[in-house]
Amino acid sequence: MTAITDIPDAPRAARRPQMGNPVLRWLRTNLFSSIPNAILSVVLLAILAKGIFSFVQWGIANAVWLTPANDSSACKAVRGLGACWAIIPEKYRFILFGTYPFDEQWRPALSVVLFIALFYLSTGRALWRRELAYIWIGALALISVLMWGGVFGFSFVSQDRWGGLPVTLILATFGLAFGFPLGILVALGRRSKLPAIRSLSVLYVELIRGVPLVSLLFMASVMFPLFMPSGFNIDKLLRAQIAIILFAGAYLAEVIRGGLQAVPRGQYEAADALGLSYWRKHRLIVLPQAIRHVIPPLVNTFIAFFKDTSLVLIIGIFDLLTTAKTAIIDPAWQQFSVEVYIFVAAIYFVFCFAMSRYSRGLEANTASR
Amino acid sequence: MTSDSPRPPPRRRFFGGFGRRELQGLFWQVLVVGIVLGVVAFLWSNTVTNLSARRITTGFAFLGREAGMPIADSLLSYNPRDTYLWAFVVGIANTLRVAVIGIVLATILGTLIGISRLSANWLLSRLAAVYVETLRDIPLLLQLLFWYVLMQALPAARAAWRPVEGVFLSNRGLILPAIPVGSPQLWVLGTAVLGLAVFYLIRRWLIAQQMRDGKPRPAWPFAVGLIVALPAAMSVALGVSWKIEWPELRGFNFVGGLTLAPEYFALLIALVTYTSAFIAEIVRSGIQSVPRGQWDAANALGLRRSFMLRQIILPQALRVIVPPMTSQYLNLTKNSSLAVAIGYQDVVSVANTTLNQTGQAIEAIALIMAVFLTISLGISFFMNWYNSRIALVER
Repeated sequence: MTAITDIPDAPRAARRPQMGNPVLRWLRTNLFSSIPNAILSVVLLAILAKGIFSFVQWGIANAVWLTPANDSSACKAVRGLGACWAIIPEKYRFILFGTYPFDEQWRPALSVVLFIALFYLSTGRALWRRELAYIWIGALALISVLMWGGVFGFSFVSQDRWGGLPVTLILATFGLAFGFPLGILVALGRRSKLPAIRSLSVLYVELIRGVPLVSLLFMASVMFPLFMPSGFNIDKLLRAQIAIILFAGAYLAEVIRGGLQAVPRGQYEAADALGLSYWRKHRLIVLPQAIRHVIPPLVNTFIAFFKDTSLVLIIGIFDLLTTAKTAIIDPAWQQFSVEVYIFVAAIYFVFCFAMSRYSRGLEANTASR
Repeated sequence: MTSDSPRPPPRRRFFGGFGRRELQGLFWQVLVVGIVLGVVAFLWSNTVTNLSARRITTGFAFLGREAGMPIADSLLSYNPRDTYLWAFVVGIANTLRVAVIGIVLATILGTLIGISRLSANWLLSRLAAVYVETLRDIPLLLQLLFWYVLMQALPAARAAWRPVEGVFLSNRGLILPAIPVGSPQLWVLGTAVLGLAVFYLIRRWLIAQQMRDGKPRPAWPFAVGLIVALPAAMSVALGVSWKIEWPELRGFNFVGGLTLAPEYFALLIALVTYTSAFIAEIVRSGIQSVPRGQWDAANALGLRRSFMLRQIILPQALRVIVPPMTSQYLNLTKNSSLAVAIGYQDVVSVANTTLNQTGQAIEAIALIMAVFLTISLGISFFMNWYNSRIALVER
């Protein structure tokens, strides 16, 4: 392993004179600066070349891209040698939209587009105003209409038939939209001077954060019916959604609390001096500053949630991962699960990578100001 | 809550010294607690009614009944005729087995990758960055299912891969050569641990002596004597055997050696690789947080590089590294509950089966919570202790 001294900031020995071909110079400073480094580079290059070569062979050269409908014989012929990407065109509608009525699948597709547009809009600093909340409410209402239907001539689709990417996005987005205000309340509660409210908030946060999400989901799927009066039952998706909101609330509360602690005391005192009430003080003075402080960790928490929604697989809700897993139950295609998982992983990756890039941009932005 | 209106300067007093603020505070607290208690009472009464309608008696009496569930892979001996209580203990042991080993491996791998990201070798640092980005942005459950599918796609036992002599990788899992450990071996290992503890005390004393007169006193002879020589002498005197047991293929299965079942192995790989990506970032930012002046100063003093890293850079980096590392360890432990998705029987999985068999939902969930809260508290306690040890000492 190369030494830790090679940190960008770390002092280096006197630089070599910078002469000659820029490409060679780059190679010399970055790959062959010393003998151990050169050996390491060669070894890594060899491993990398072998890895890329076998992946290209498996994933491109020997791969089967298209087969006649529901016929996996071509894939079976190259099994072990090449990838069967043909399973993706065969199954992508099911993986993306689950059992949503086939002819109506433009509706969930449009919902996904709306979600992405909503996320994109929310990234603009210029839009961080009250209007953004109205946009969110409007967009979520529109998505509900699209998904459920039953009005404006759309046929009604019950949520038992929802599945795939829209469900993942719904669980994550609604989890966030409701978890966020909950998190703010709990964070305020945890810093409150009133002992009963403070201890309730602490209890909530620590209990939820202390247990795995899986057990909360089990609770939602098994215990929730026990909690309700007999005859009263709510849908499984909604129950999972409630569990995710409660989970999100506890984690977001801790992030927001960090932001509240970063607001200087003088700001609280100034608000008190102006005679603002508790709520107005927090709404107008403290929270806007506190949340601005913690936007990068908030985005990281969102990424974590987006990934964690996949856990609903365990209680049998059809999110993107569950539809992927179900798609490969089909005996004809059973052996090609790796390809399906890679496809789904790519979808998750695109969303999370975009968010993490955004968060890093924000961090750099706040650091430079 | 409290309204901080500036208007009435002479505070009106109500009953016995309570001001307006206090009364308002009291009112809000009573209201919130009342609502929470009301909701809890409502849920509780529903639960009691529902449970009695289903003829389920609450309480932990079911723990004494026969579990009847199979647990394929466990450290402790178990058969389905054992009680639920024992099944839970076996589940807890399985959780700890994957969590403890996972934490150790993830720390090692994560540190290596974190350091690689800072390497001057462009290729190495890029590869480390790609590793971190890819693994962090894909859900753990998906990675777990992926590894599990790969495990199942491995060749059968007869055609097992042998990367190294004595190591077999097949759809039965990973089979490694092992040294059978019985009580004589444990005695020798115990002596070594005791020797380590004594060495630690001696080293502290030596350092204290050095602080007094400035003369360096080598500690390594004590290390060799207490940790190596003493247990070795004991082992020879007692005639303890340390023969390595090599696994062998007999018929359709392996005999001897240490077997890591595919479920366990997949879970371990998934947890270790996923968590190591997060640990790598923590380690990287920790090392980067050490100011440049510290490197310069250490170089100016002419310190050897290993000494500089050990005594100057690492202690400062650790202060930044340890607190977020604690939460990664907690995450790894909680994430081990995803085992239920691939059928490795950890405590959550056992509780889930129990819940389905007996309907004792509240008790099963309460047990999960108790176990995880205990583990979390244990890890936080240990890490807080470690953190306070390495914290900045202001002189």
